[in-house]
Amino acid sequence: MSELITEVERLGLIIEIGGVAVRVHTTCPDFLHMLEERYAGYISSGAAPEIQFDVELGPPGNADPHADVHVSQRNGRWTLTRGDFRAEWEPIQRHGLIRSRANPYSIDSVLRIVHTLVLAKQGGFLLHAASAIRNGRAFLFAGVSEAGKTTISRLAPSDVTLLTDEISYVRRLGDGYVAFGTPFTGELAQLGENVSAPVAALYLLAKGSENRMEPLPDGEAARSLLANVLFFANDEELVQEVFHSAFEFVSRVRVFRLTFFPDARIWELIR
Amino acid sequence: MTNLYVARNPRVAARSLDGEMMIMSGRDSTLFTLNKTATLLWQAADGATPLDQIIEQRICTEYEVDAGEALRDAESLARDLASHGILQISEEPIVRGESK
Repeated sequence: MSELITEVERLGLIIEIGGVAVRVHTTCPDFLHMLEERYAGYISSGAAPEIQFDVELGPPGNADPHADVHVSQRNGRWTLTRGDFRAEWEPIQRHGLIRSRANPYSIDSVLRIVHTLVLAKQGGFLLHAASAIRNGRAFLFAGVSEAGKTTISRLAPSDVTLLTDEISYVRRLGDGYVAFGTPFTGELAQLGENVSAPVAALYLLAKGSENRMEPLPDGEAARSLLANVLFFANDEELVQEVFHSAFEFVSRVRVFRLTFFPDARIWELIR
Repeated sequence: MTNLYVARNPRVAARSLDGEMMIMSGRDSTLFTLNKTATLLWQAADGATPLDQIIEQRICTEYEVDAGEALRDAESLARDLASHGILQISEEPIVRGESK
């Protein structure tokens, strides 16, 4: 019996992103191995998990396998569903259950959603943006698909540490904001470095024939920021939190429109 | 024509920045940016003042517009915002989010 307990205990790992540790339990060694590979660099051995998820592998039992994501909360219990997963999570219990097939995409999506909920309460957010550290400061590059997030990441010189080419992790810290590396990748298919730095600027990307940087008025900056924040929950209270967080952010961080010609010279402007 | 009363939904998030009022629907996360006229309407939407009085007292005193046309535009805007849960509209005064 003691061997069985030891075996079950071993089938779990802690994925720490943005300083938030999530323990995932599974009974499937192959799935665990897949998670270890998927989140290499983000596996923590010492962090105390803030959230624990049991994962049951199998069809999620959703009626429509192609259903869009739906996130809602009732009586303190969050329900996260998409065609390929169903998860429930009670923040007070710090515990949840994920039911999905054994692929990395479903767990990845659940983790992203959970982090958006955690961050919303703390004045932070996930942003559809690449991010990188240079000279000890973090820079965010936001934009929709094809705006140039992966391109600017690819063009980064050797003294730049890439945090992500797709989804940036932004937390409020004191009077400012800190960007963390994430394992959430875009076309670059390269995990960000698991490091962090204070956010120095947010750039809203646009490709053009020349490099140009223009400061944005706060109203336009907030509107553009909100358009790129990832948030999935149908929850009035949290939507308000995210809305106000965007305004707080633009009041403390410089925001520019960055039109760039896709070659390495763009990084001469970003220091 | 019946009076129309409009009230801000206290549960939506709103901020004024650079002269623009930005409002986000908590229901569907739609972001609205109101122009100056719409901002005046939003600010005056106390649930107690009929829409035609708001137009007369707040809009027509600021802009050279035909009161009838302004009222029609305001009604259209109010119904649009109400469909997103931003405003409440009623043919009776609205008190604490309810019409009485």
